[in-house]
Amino acid sequence: MAGVKAKHQRLTLTLLAIVAVVGATLLAMSALKDQAAYFYTPGDVVKDGVPMGKAIRLGGMVVDHSIVHAPDGVTIDFKVTDGSDTVPVQFKGIVPDLFREKSGVVAEGRFVSSTLFLADTILAKHDENYMPPQMAGKMHESASLDTSAKTKALQ
Amino acid sequence: MIAEFGLAALWLAAALSALQLALGWMALRPGGEALMPSVRPIALAQALLTALAFGALILCFARTDLSVALVVENSASAKPMMYKIAGTWGNHEGSMLLWVTILGLAGGAVAILERRLPERTLIATLAAQAAIALGFFAFLLFASNPFARLALPPLDGNGLNPLLQDPGLAFHPPTLYIGYVGLSVAFSFAVGALVTRDVGPAFARAMRPWVLGAWIFLTLGITAGSYWAYYELGWGGWWFWDPVENASLMPWLAATALLHSVTVLATRDGLRAWTVMLAVVAFSMSMIGTFLVRSGILTSVHAFAIDPKRGTFILGLLVVYIGGALALFALRVSTVKEGSQFDPVSREGALVANNLLLSAVLGIVFTGTLYPLFVEATTGEKLSVGHPYFDKTAGPLALLLVAIMVAGPLMRWRRDEIAAVVQRIALPVLVTAIALLALILFVPGIRVLPLLGLMLAIGVGAGSVAPLWKRNLRRTPLFTYGMVISHLGIAVALAGMACESAFTKETLVAAAPGAVEIVGPYQVKFAAIDPIAGPNWTAIEATLVATRPGRAAITLHPQARMFAQPPTETSETAIATLWDGQLYTVLGKDDESGRWQLRLWWKPFVTLIWAGGALVAIGGALALLGRLRRELFPRGRPTGFLAT
Repeated sequence: MAGVKAKHQRLTLTLLAIVAVVGATLLAMSALKDQAAYFYTPGDVVKDGVPMGKAIRLGGMVVDHSIVHAPDGVTIDFKVTDGSDTVPVQFKGIVPDLFREKSGVVAEGRFVSSTLFLADTILAKHDENYMPPQMAGKMHESASLDTSAKTKALQ
Repeated sequence: MIAEFGLAALWLAAALSALQLALGWMALRPGGEALMPSVRPIALAQALLTALAFGALILCFARTDLSVALVVENSASAKPMMYKIAGTWGNHEGSMLLWVTILGLAGGAVAILERRLPERTLIATLAAQAAIALGFFAFLLFASNPFARLALPPLDGNGLNPLLQDPGLAFHPPTLYIGYVGLSVAFSFAVGALVTRDVGPAFARAMRPWVLGAWIFLTLGITAGSYWAYYELGWGGWWFWDPVENASLMPWLAATALLHSVTVLATRDGLRAWTVMLAVVAFSMSMIGTFLVRSGILTSVHAFAIDPKRGTFILGLLVVYIGGALALFALRVSTVKEGSQFDPVSREGALVANNLLLSAVLGIVFTGTLYPLFVEATTGEKLSVGHPYFDKTAGPLALLLVAIMVAGPLMRWRRDEIAAVVQRIALPVLVTAIALLALILFVPGIRVLPLLGLMLAIGVGAGSVAPLWKRNLRRTPLFTYGMVISHLGIAVALAGMACESAFTKETLVAAAPGAVEIVGPYQVKFAAIDPIAGPNWTAIEATLVATRPGRAAITLHPQARMFAQPPTETSETAIATLWDGQLYTVLGKDDESGRWQLRLWWKPFVTLIWAGGALVAIGGALALLGRLRRELFPRGRPTGFLAT
């Protein structure tokens, strides 16, 4: 009798574990589906449209000569392009050192009108190999691509 | 010479790990008993040689030996000694050597200290540890040699990334790695016990201190890393859901689950197979984290595809070790006997709920971290998974987990009555309800997640000390205090997170010297701006004087630093810590008309986040101490529902 009960408990626990893991994965996948629509290029914005107020990441290049500093000293306006389409962005804050014209950028924020993207955060791209979510991670990776290239030249 | 010496020590250590594996294997075969005594000394020798190799690399860095490629790439002669030494592990090869050194030392520690395991299981454990070491030695020697020489030494090195030139580098990676790699011991114990079919309470009691030790360091490492990112990046945030951070969080989640399930196995002989599984999963998460951070796959899936040598190597090791352990588990799980029974309403039941929720959170973090890489590798589409995803999915589950944490320690082992449990948790629940009411009344407009967080933090704070209620405090075992303090630490950290999220005040301005800005309760006067110079940098430094009615004035000096090697600008935050919060200041750029960007934050009670993390670790240390003391000076087991 005890043996039957033992089997029963192990089975119940196994089923519970499976339910937890499958449930977590389903929850994760459904949330990721929303996230799939989290990253936009200016082309996506023009083609698909973005609901106003929805938090997204907008990625592209900063258009040359498009950065304008507002008189308050902390607000800047610039344009982000993917080569074909362009979106105007406004940002209030301290821009990263690597943020400059004709260089990659990812802006986190939302559209406040159909023509203006208000960014909360600006992540600058180092080069085409650099992925912004890793910003904090660069603290862990000191050997940048430039320095290893230099050492290879020395060898 | 030193570099060659280090390399030789590394090769020798690798050879010893191969020998340790082979001897362990043969010793377990019929008639191999004579070989058993040789395994422990070999494990010890391997540990010492690895440590020697690591010492040699530190010496190369300390002396700025410019004939060593790694030193040239990551160091320079004009750098403070502390960063020369800490710079040893501020790069790929050096940090992998640190990883392997800790792996070797962990194996050596098991060989010296572990006396409770049956000898056969111990031999199997050390053989498993040697198998892991062998793979990572091969990785170092064939794909990431830290001692590679340059034919033509340059005049100076390239320097260390200025972001890493911070005291945090000296202790954050080693602490985290001790935790990460310390979990290898749990993995090897599980493999060893599966090999000798020896999974039971004795095995759990032997494994528990090792898991606890690794978990304490992992907790400290994550807490320190969070504070480091907070003050060094100057973004005011304390957790970014960055893949590198998730890589350390995943082993912690698994180790936390393991810590609770191993207690069930040690005390009540339940959850046998599950505990073994978790021990395998915990170190698997450490290895997956290592793969994420060390393969370069995070920098770019694209770059990984171009130069896949290192990444593929670690990926191969992952497949072999995790696959091998899981295959062994599948083969042997039927020989693991069913543990003893328990009622759903019992301490075991609450710990099962804890384990299921922790596993679910782990699954969510795992999916959120790896799925984007998978999508990018297969379709090339870039998926950006940030805090909205984790807040929405892991957030509610974590709050539920914290709520269960109140009830669990107040339940009896094996079987309990619902009515009795309700009676015991009545006080924490009442406190929670009062907290909710007070927050709604006195903090209007607070958002839902911080509201729930603060409410639960107060309730859990009350609930976590409830197990000490009506107890003889002097006779309460140390490990019970450990549990209480760890749980209290979670409440304290949660309170800090909720306060930071709900009450932070921010001011961003362009100001000329002489201007006065307001942030929260503070008036901040921009007093002066001056150029200054450090050992290997120059900087522009602002002088800010913050005043608040009834308090002493505070002077802060945020800087914008310029480093020459490599040429980089960083901003050094200036933070004033007060009992009720932190004033966090950042100096930005000048607008070329005499004004400077200033970013000021007032973050009430933000320090509770890391104080809570430290409390969790202190609780772990007390529990470890209590367990070891109990083993050294065994006494009668305490009775009552709180005995663990």
